[in-house]
Amino acid sequence: MNVVDVLLWIVFPYIAVASFVIGHLLRYRYDKFGWTSRSSQIYESKLLRWGSPMFHYGILGVFAGHVVGLLVPREWMEFFGVSEHLYHLGATWIGTVVAFVTIAGLVILLSRRGAIRRVARVTSVMDVVMYLFLAGSLVLGTIAVVQFQVLGAGYDYRGSVSPWIRSLIFFQPDAALMAGVPLMFQLHVLCSTTLFLIWPYTRLVHVLSVPIGYLFRPYVVYRSRDAHRGARAVRRGWEPSDRPVPKRPKQKQPVRPGH
Amino acid sequence: MRVMAQMSMVMNLDKCIGCHTCSVTCKQVWTNRDGMEYAWFNNVETRPGLGYPRQYEDQERWKGGWVRNKRGRLKLKAGGRLKKLATIFANPTMPTIDDYYEPWTYDYDMLTNAPQTKNGPVARPKSLLTGKDMDITWSGNWDDNLGGSQETAHQDPILAHMSEHVKMEFENTFMFYLPRICEHCLNPSCVSACPSGAMYKREEDGIVLVDQDDCRGWRMCVPACPYKKVYFNHKTNKAEKCTLCYPLIEQGKPTICSETCVGRLRYLGLMLYDADRVLEAAAVENEHELLDAQRSVMLDPFDPAVIAQAKKDGIADDWIAAAQKSPIYKLISEYKVALPLHPEYRTMPMVWYIPPLSPVVDVISNSGNDGEDARTLFAAIDKLRIPVEYLAGLFTAGDTVPIEHSLKKLAAMRSYMRDINLGNEANENIARAVGMSGAEMEAMYRLLAIAKYEDRYVIPKAHVESARDLDEFACSLDTDGGPGMGGARSTGDVLATARIPGTPIDSTVESFASLKNLTDPSEPSTPGRLNLLNWNGGGISNGMFPPTAEAGGSA
Ligand code: SF4
Ligand code: SF4
Repeated sequence: MNVVDVLLWIVFPYIAVASFVIGHLLRYRYDKFGWTSRSSQIYESKLLRWGSPMFHYGILGVFAGHVVGLLVPREWMEFFGVSEHLYHLGATWIGTVVAFVTIAGLVILLSRRGAIRRVARVTSVMDVVMYLFLAGSLVLGTIAVVQFQVLGAGYDYRGSVSPWIRSLIFFQPDAALMAGVPLMFQLHVLCSTTLFLIWPYTRLVHVLSVPIGYLFRPYVVYRSRDAHRGARAVRRGWEPSDRPVPKRPKQKQPVRPGH
Repeated sequence: MRVMAQMSMVMNLDKCIGCHTCSVTCKQVWTNRDGMEYAWFNNVETRPGLGYPRQYEDQERWKGGWVRNKRGRLKLKAGGRLKKLATIFANPTMPTIDDYYEPWTYDYDMLTNAPQTKNGPVARPKSLLTGKDMDITWSGNWDDNLGGSQETAHQDPILAHMSEHVKMEFENTFMFYLPRICEHCLNPSCVSACPSGAMYKREEDGIVLVDQDDCRGWRMCVPACPYKKVYFNHKTNKAEKCTLCYPLIEQGKPTICSETCVGRLRYLGLMLYDADRVLEAAAVENEHELLDAQRSVMLDPFDPAVIAQAKKDGIADDWIAAAQKSPIYKLISEYKVALPLHPEYRTMPMVWYIPPLSPVVDVISNSGNDGEDARTLFAAIDKLRIPVEYLAGLFTAGDTVPIEHSLKKLAAMRSYMRDINLGNEANENIARAVGMSGAEMEAMYRLLAIAKYEDRYVIPKAHVESARDLDEFACSLDTDGGPGMGGARSTGDVLATARIPGTPIDSTVESFASLKNLTDPSEPSTPGRLNLLNWNGGGISNGMFPPTAEAGGSA
């Protein structure tokens, strides 16, 4: 285990997590107004109606797959009767299909973003950076799965990558676990870690505002004007001048001469 | 019974001349920003016509508003909560900007900077979305005055629903203007569709607003509003809508569109309603009964039981008094001439309309008959099916009876007042024919024809003592790029200006008006003295002169 390993597999992930958490807090505190999904559906709907659900449902599947594969230890899985072989089959085949749906969705979305001028014009630099790492993570991950699991003999990431992630979670980081992992998996991990690092500064913040509460609230929302006042601090330079507290003793009424 | 107050509007369509002043002033105040170029919180459309956005009334396509399900309960037409969340990635009924129109500007620089050529330079239209040259093919009011409507009017959703024989030749028959703002509905489907809970109805005055900090751009509200009065700001990616100019309303002033209306046809005032009965009324089975159901939700502000309950529910006395003086209450509940726009959407809209009699009058006058004779008018209303059915399609879910009642009252008023104006004896029979007395007829005439500013707009001020100070009320729209970004200061500030030397004096109309009324600044900058800069010239104020000898004791 050398310095580079420690930096890549311990320092960098923790920095990314810190950035993810603190970034979101700061953004929520100071830029609620900028916290939106930045939907471009108003410009173009036909392509979006294919691409967006494909990508989003796909990525939700990808997320679920990663939770199962990375966070649930093999022993637990076996306890529930999921054998190594069964897991491998499921993860590989379902994973590959989901990955391709997701990538296809993303390809539709990205080509729409490039080809439709209205949409291209509102694409920010941060969007491009984010797409780079998002697409990078997806593609690298898919290549790794196809290379090792589909075409190759199969690589047991549940013996290396998964324990490494759990070691990070339990604050007993073990960089050695990642040192011997095939390059493709390593690149995939690094790329996605970077994505988490920049997450709060991109449009991806919308992921954290999944409106689950909508299922449980009454339809019509009422708010009182009073309750809403002073919801936000006054912007710099716009603070109202407060009335100065008079320090001098109470003035007597001036008395006219001639009394 | 739970009494709530609603700031409401009535528009008298007979007086609209289609000048679009309301739209333009509204735009200057609220939507002259990047991202909102295409949005008109107030728009005026020619009917018959497609409206703005195009065919917004076709709910089979947009799925706006509510539907009543088999169990008699209301459901959002676009689907329930789960379906909303499932389609959040791409809203299937979200209009695109082309359904409104592609905003553009002109290349004006060309006119002054072009090199000398044989042909004069032209300012070409440039798209504000792409920056490229574009052809203008549609806009917010493309079919103004029925322009080009031989081509397009058959797509008018109301005409499409009318029977074949009535549809024919409509363009020779009639035309009128329909100014529209957000309806500030009692049962708003936009609020109900917002997954983030960012949209809300204000408890105090029922104004429907979007909290810009809470909106996440899920864009469910845009198609959910059957009137298409929520707009997606494509620069900030948040929803925005008509605010009923609440900063003005809170100060007891009318909205910009009302203030500047050339025809003086808008009325503003409070309605008290029973919040507990809204859902029940919005869910009555027969669409033709929705009008009466909504009327029955409105409470009589003179009824002692209502007053007692209103006080219990925290409505201040001056607000109750304002509800009693409300022109809206008179037009909706007393004279029953105003009707809601599309009650069949079941959102309980609160901007009502007095249907135009002019299509009927025009036909009579054009045929050489007396357009002010009560009997001729009554007969024409019975016979002229085209305008009556069309108006019914707009205001009563297709039921022609309330339209006829309303039009006959207007017709009766016309001939009753003619007699009086010509110095003839007033004919009570005309009034009685529509179930009114002569005195009522004259009162209605005064309200509809010659009402003064303070009779048209009866707006109680917001209660600042409970809201601390409106000045510090953080407005959800005053963010960068938001319509309130200037941070408009309210009347509270004028006092501050008077009190504290060095406080910048702002020059809004409101401050000016308040300053004018400020005869007695009780706390001038130097205690015991009046700051002459704040003196309005209206007589002697306290502290203007040093205390006289008597005040000081003996001379
Ligand atoms: S008219 Fe206004 S209050 Fe009613 S649903 Fe539409 S946006 Fe909401
Ligand atoms: S300003 Fe008044 S008269 Fe002119 S279009 Fe608007 S509503 Fe009609």
